[in-house]
Parts: sequence; C-alpha cells; structure tokens
Amino acid sequence: MGIIQSFRNNFKGFFKKLFNKKNARIGIYGPPNAGKTTLANRILRDWTGDAMGSVSHVAHETRRARRREGITIKTNGNSITLDIVDTPGLATKIDFQDFMSEGLEENEAKRRAKEATEGVIEAVKWLENLDGVILVMDATEDPFTQVNVTVIGNMEARRLPLLIAANKVDLEDSSPKNIKDAFPQHPMVAISALEGKNIDTFYGEIAKRFG
Amino acid sequence: MNGIQMDLISNDKLAKMAPVEKVRFIIDEVKSGKILVLESGLTPEEEANLIEITMSQIDPGDFTGIEMESYPFKIDNSLLGKLFKKNTIRTRLTVIGPAKQLKTLKKDRDLISALVFANK
Repeated sequence: MGIIQSFRNNFKGFFKKLFNKKNARIGIYGPPNAGKTTLANRILRDWTGDAMGSVSHVAHETRRARRREGITIKTNGNSITLDIVDTPGLATKIDFQDFMSEGLEENEAKRRAKEATEGVIEAVKWLENLDGVILVMDATEDPFTQVNVTVIGNMEARRLPLLIAANKVDLEDSSPKNIKDAFPQHPMVAISALEGKNIDTFYGEIAKRFG
Repeated sequence: MNGIQMDLISNDKLAKMAPVEKVRFIIDEVKSGKILVLESGLTPEEEANLIEITMSQIDPGDFTGIEMESYPFKIDNSLLGKLFKKNTIRTRLTVIGPAKQLKTLKKDRDLISALVFANK
C-alpha cells in the first residue's frame, strides 16, 4: 500500500476518534454451509483470540445472528476497527426432512427447521443495518444462487461496499474463477477460512473496502 | 389430468401493486401450487422481503418454501442515481414456484434452466 493510502487511512482514523464515529458494521452473509462462521471464527481468532460460534457439516448450524464489536484488524501498517455480524445462512426453502436425512430425529429436525426459518428472517432484517457485507461463497458450488444474487442486488441498490470471499479453495474441485467471472464488478479474494489460505490478502482487502 | 398451472405475469400487472401487495400476491399464488414467471422480476429489496415472508409461512410437511430464480441485476448509472447516491437497479425476469415442484438445474447470467414436478 502506498504512502498516500496509508496517510489517508490514518487521517480517517484520526477524525473517527475525534468525532467518536461508530465502527463500520459488517455482515457476513451467504448460503448455508458456505463457511460463514468458519470465517468469522478465523477473523476473531486472528485478532481477538476468541471464537464466534460452533460449525457443523449440517446446514443451518448458525440460527441466530451474532455480533462482535470492536475487532481491530491490522494490515500493511494500517488498522481498521469493525463490528462484525455473523448471520445465519440465507435460504428460500427449509425442509425438516433434509435434517432428518443428516441423521436428526424428527422432533429435533423440526425444531432446527423452525429455528432456521427465524434465523433467515433475522439475517434479512440485518441487511438494513449494515455498512457493508462480506459475502461468503462456496467456491465448489455454482455462484449464481438466488441468495448470492439477492444479497449482491441489495448492496448494489444501497451502494454499500461488498467483498466476496470465495471460500473452500483448499478443496480440489474449487473454482474461484467461476465466482470472479460471475460477479466481475465486485472485489473477490479466494480463501480457505478453514486453513487460513490467502487470509492476509483477505484482511488487506477488508481494510481497503471498509476502511 | 395432472398438471401445473404456470402464470406469466406482465410488468404492467405488477407495476400497479405496492411492494407489500406484490409479495403477498406471489406468496399466495405459489402456496396454491402455481409457478409464476414475472416479466420484469422484483427489486432486490422485494426479493429480500419475499424471502422473509416465505420463512414465516413455512409449515413442516406442507409448505417448505419457494424456489426463486432471477438473473443478476443490472445497474443503470443514471445522473439522478449519482445525485441521490442510490443506484437504480434494472430488474430482470424471475421464476418463482413451490420448492417441492420447481427445481433449478442450471443458472447463469442469461439462462435459467429448471425442472417442474407435477406431484407434491
């Protein structure tokens, strides 16, 4: 990062402190099982030593939005302090039978489905209270999902910054290029939240987009 | 005869409705088993509202939600938008149906390929 950019960020930080401006509130969005909480945990572990929540291969493990305030990320000689909201996976359909096929008992599957629907509602409501979004996409999946289209559309309509995390690049069949080709108008970083691959580049991009 | 009703909704019909009416109309039609093709689609905010309302309507064993597919939005870089710091989004064709009867096979920037099932 150049001297001018560094000066600009420090200047911004000074005025932020001077006028007690609130931290930017950034939501982590994406479809279920894209790796949102794994990424939130990675960010928190790297910068606070803490974790956001549990992860699972069963979809909709995160059914309540979780917010962590004041996470300071230092990158390339600059620092940015953010409030991060880890949101439940967005979906247009939730069938308790999908959870039963993952081995859950019927009552447990129905309870999880009910909580998952509430989680989606909460995630949609958060969209109106954010300053930017990290959209986590599974790089082994088709990027043109409705959830991705809807989240990107909402950010574009509000002119809010968006950063795409093409996650799971540790998997052999991942193709972050498909994501870049699908949404070339937005910055994208190919990462593995699980293994930490490219995570420093990702933090640099966070500072650039949300600083 | 077993079949599925598919309604192709013109832009003019939807344009007369308030956003809340549109979402209500779509949910009611889809819950009754119809597949809707919206000529001009929904705005991103309306799509988000539709997802929210859909979730509140989910009933285990009966209504499991919707399958919705729209093409990515296009931005009109108008002077007015720049002045008000808000982008004007150009909405595009959207297909919506009951999740148990409509399944997207493939989707890209300009193509939506879907399967329709006759039985719930």
